[in-house]
Amino acid sequence: MIERQAMSSPSRDGELIRIDHITKVYQLGEVEVHALRGVSVHVSKGEFVAIMGASGSGKSTFMNILGCLDKPTKGTYDLEGIDVGSLSRDELAAIRNKKIGFVFQGFNLLSRTSAIENVELPMFYSTVSNKLRKSKAIEALKKVGLGDRIDHYPNQLSGGQQQRVAIARALVNDPSIILADEPTGNLDSRTSVEVMGIFQELNENGITVILVTHEPDIAQFAKRHVVFRDGKIRADKINTNPKIATEAIKDMPTIDDEGEEAA
Amino acid sequence: MRSFLTMLGIIIGVAAVIAMLAIGQGAEYSVKQQIASLGTNVLMVFPGAQQQAGVRVAAGSAVTLTEDDAEAIATECPAVQFISPGSFAGGQVIAGNLNWNTHIQGVGPDYLEIREWPVEYGEFFTSQDVKSATKVCVLGTTVATNLFPESDPVDQTIRIRNVPFKVIGVLTSKGQNAMGQDQDDVILAPYTTVIRRLAHWQNLAYVLVSAVSLQDIATAQQQITDLLRMRHKIQPYEPDDFTIRNQTDIASAATATTQILTILLASIASVSLLVGGIGIMNIMLVSVTERTREIGIRMSIGARARDILTQFLIEALVLSLLGGSTGIVLGVIGSSAISNFAKWPTIITAFSIILSFGFSIAIGIFFGFYPARKAALLNPIDALRYE
Repeated sequence: MIERQAMSSPSRDGELIRIDHITKVYQLGEVEVHALRGVSVHVSKGEFVAIMGASGSGKSTFMNILGCLDKPTKGTYDLEGIDVGSLSRDELAAIRNKKIGFVFQGFNLLSRTSAIENVELPMFYSTVSNKLRKSKAIEALKKVGLGDRIDHYPNQLSGGQQQRVAIARALVNDPSIILADEPTGNLDSRTSVEVMGIFQELNENGITVILVTHEPDIAQFAKRHVVFRDGKIRADKINTNPKIATEAIKDMPTIDDEGEEAA
Repeated sequence: MRSFLTMLGIIIGVAAVIAMLAIGQGAEYSVKQQIASLGTNVLMVFPGAQQQAGVRVAAGSAVTLTEDDAEAIATECPAVQFISPGSFAGGQVIAGNLNWNTHIQGVGPDYLEIREWPVEYGEFFTSQDVKSATKVCVLGTTVATNLFPESDPVDQTIRIRNVPFKVIGVLTSKGQNAMGQDQDDVILAPYTTVIRRLAHWQNLAYVLVSAVSLQDIATAQQQITDLLRMRHKIQPYEPDDFTIRNQTDIASAATATTQILTILLASIASVSLLVGGIGIMNIMLVSVTERTREIGIRMSIGARARDILTQFLIEALVLSLLGGSTGIVLGVIGSSAISNFAKWPTIITAFSIILSFGFSIAIGIFFGFYPARKAALLNPIDALRYE
């Protein structure tokens, strides 16, 4: 693996995210917690980045700021040229709606609504017409391979299928970035690889993917690794030989109903 | 199921309000009906100035209304159609070996015209009887049934305080009046007879007057006032020494009571509405806490604070509106049940339904606002982490 320090790109073209020296301090009772101590990173369009680090390293806090769920205490965060730090709560919500698609470890689907209704939810908050909503939702579900299960409820879907619904939901408003927080944490090994395959396919079609993981195996599917420790970036390197999910899946045994591995 | 229990407070509250309003409005309506049964174009002239609208005669009132006054009213006021001078007596009435305590009203020959109250059997007395103060009388149906349970009262003799009277007729039934008194528990006799033979005072208690038509009531009232002021030689700066009450006054006096009753009943019922609203707020608060994660999810995909607020406010509104509608239906059913079983009159008006509906909406918004606001102000990061 070639080590390369991430540098600010000479030109701004294709630069999606520009984070400069952000710090995040918050109060926990009487104690001040310094979650981020001066982090700078730039991400260009079309990248596939894995954010890694132990718990407490600051990667979750970083993800929250990246996803416009939180604002840095100091420093700037430019998303597609917009200074996120200057936005109001409502404007941040709009960005989360249009430019960012979230995928969570626990899927976070609404349990009493069907798959297609779950996928339609972001459009509900962005005034897309009713007819258009349905067709876009179906299209997104097809993209993740669930075109035949649009009316199923989450309790009728497997973990992998639920995560696919979550990915479809993240896609539905044509975001610039997909942010995934330990997306395979609740899935078995084979399903994890399938889901990584979806991310890779989306990335090939031009969507920027940033995912947080603590599993090196999963990080191998990404093209760039950013490692956090103690609130700072310790390493930022290109993954020269990323694993291809569609090939990796061939080597993985399927587990049949009896729980025995097939040959 | 939980939603149903939450709505129960509102359902009961609204049903109670509707039922109470229906009872109160039914009471008011029946009071008005019974006032109308007094006779439509009726005025009453009382001696002495009275401060409040009442159909009572002040005891020991000034001696200011005379039979001649009554006659003058009849002849010199064109807007007046009939008059009946009146006096009261009460006491024991004996017929054979039965007795009965009742009121004896001394009235004029046109009394029945004014009251629009026909005789059922026999006949009424005439102006000749009044002139001669003959000892004749007409019985109300209650008196007739109690004194003559098996025979025809007409042409029989009764003793009123030991004075013998001949019964010449029986009245048709009128039922209860606005004050709850049995109008059929009465004996009518010429007022002259009552004053001279039975009453303790020699002068009139009142003069009952009917105007030529509904539109002439005000004119009649004015004419009587002018006439009596002239006859009693009252100076322009002096007040009247008599009181004239028309049906509207009597009606508003009576309905004032029922209106207060209605307001009281409805207010008490409203308390349960308040309790229902608190119930909604409680459940909404629990709901917000339970759905903290869900709120976090919605916020993460782009819901603004105002979207969350609206979502929960609408949920509270749905609860209160559903409860309100059910309560209205229940209240209507309950009111008809009450009027069937308790025989109280009930009236459901569009006003009471609209009022209850409005209350439900207001309660939904008011009590739903605090929980909705709590939801909207959640921090998305914390909300997402909530287990």
